[in-house]
Amino acid sequence: MTVHSELILIGGSAGSIQVILKTLQHLLPGNFAVIIVLHRKSSSDSTLVDIFAGKTALRVKEADEKEFIEPSTVYIVPADYHLLIEKDHSFSLDDSEKVNFSRPSIDVTFESAAEVYGSAAVAILLSGASVDGIEGLQKIKARGGLCIIQDPDTAEVDFLPRQAALTVRPDHIVRPDEIGRILNRLNHGEA
Amino acid sequence: MNDLIEIYGYDFTGYSGASIKRRITRLVMLDKFPSFAELRYRLVSDKDYLARFIEEITVNVTEMFRDPSFYKTLREEALPVLATHPFIRIWHAGCSTGEEALSMAILLKEANILHKSRLYATDINPLALQKAKAAIYPLSLMKQFSENYIQSGGKRTFSDYYTAKYSLAKFDDSLKENITFSIHNLVSDWSFNEFQLIVCRNVLIYFGKELQDKALGLFDHSLERFGYLALGSKEQIKFSAIGNNYLQLNSKEKIWKKIK
Repeated sequence: MTVHSELILIGGSAGSIQVILKTLQHLLPGNFAVIIVLHRKSSSDSTLVDIFAGKTALRVKEADEKEFIEPSTVYIVPADYHLLIEKDHSFSLDDSEKVNFSRPSIDVTFESAAEVYGSAAVAILLSGASVDGIEGLQKIKARGGLCIIQDPDTAEVDFLPRQAALTVRPDHIVRPDEIGRILNRLNHGEA
Repeated sequence: MNDLIEIYGYDFTGYSGASIKRRITRLVMLDKFPSFAELRYRLVSDKDYLARFIEEITVNVTEMFRDPSFYKTLREEALPVLATHPFIRIWHAGCSTGEEALSMAILLKEANILHKSRLYATDINPLALQKAKAAIYPLSLMKQFSENYIQSGGKRTFSDYYTAKYSLAKFDDSLKENITFSIHNLVSDWSFNEFQLIVCRNVLIYFGKELQDKALGLFDHSLERFGYLALGSKEQIKFSAIGNNYLQLNSKEKIWKKIK
């Protein structure tokens, strides 16, 4: 199977920051963008950009309204907004009702990405205590995208990855230190 | 979408595609339509359903003193300048259920300039405007509103501004005396006054680029020189045609002063 991924989506809730840091550390630049949807208390978080930027050679920034998605860039979904992706591969922010008690919601971004990117999307669901992300992961799968779930036994909070693994048949269930390597293989056309 | 323009004069075609699509999909699920075609049929054949459609398609999530630091900047930097005017006109475009206009009335009252101010609170959604006029909100929200108020630099007792009854909080009528609520559609309606401050937060994010530029043009046209334009925390005028005419008050808050 040859997969050419254009968009990597990472959804994480409680206990996922360390896993994201490890993944970014291993990730080599390539012809793809990364979007990180992270549940957190709503507040301004330029610090999150700084923390992630310190771990990767890729450009890290908060996703801006109507910005076009560019390769080799890591976008962080801003606190208190949902992130949608337009057909022309630009972002739209949305401050509508919380989904699964969350804004940003992982489901919202995953579903939107599935529609636009189809089989060129890779979605990764990490540690967490809610169900947010599972429906989105199903949509990614249904549209031919690749699904990766963090091995629940390695997750700080195993509820989300365990439920996800029961609901979606993922392509990979992996330890945190393997995620970056798998992505690098994908981005170089092998899977 | 074209039915809406032809039959009712509402034009959503310039809205951001992903957002509007998601809102419609959500409404199909909420109201249990078997498919989009049934929703469309209901809209065309049932005039009363339009209000429901407009209410659910537009986003009406808001709170009092949302983003407290934004209100703190208004309080400390914009209001002292506005206070020098004999009469102050403020436009809340896309006021939804009225929480932000009411917050503004509190700021003005505390600066002792509410009596010489007129707030125009407009929205496309008639049901939201009804709620705005009533200024009655669930009591359960008051804790969050009160915390926001304090963080915005509020020094008084927030609960003095409302009367609690059962599970509801009704805001003081004196706050609403100088607010005019009316229907206004940023897509199709034009300027109706000249203002010293225009507040339009988290409305432009639902518009496509072209419609954003159009709305910003309308604001620019409706704003006095040296007036203020205040947008949502992720909204930007930098890349628009009017960008060069404005100076941002500080790097963090989305408040600009019109300098040309």
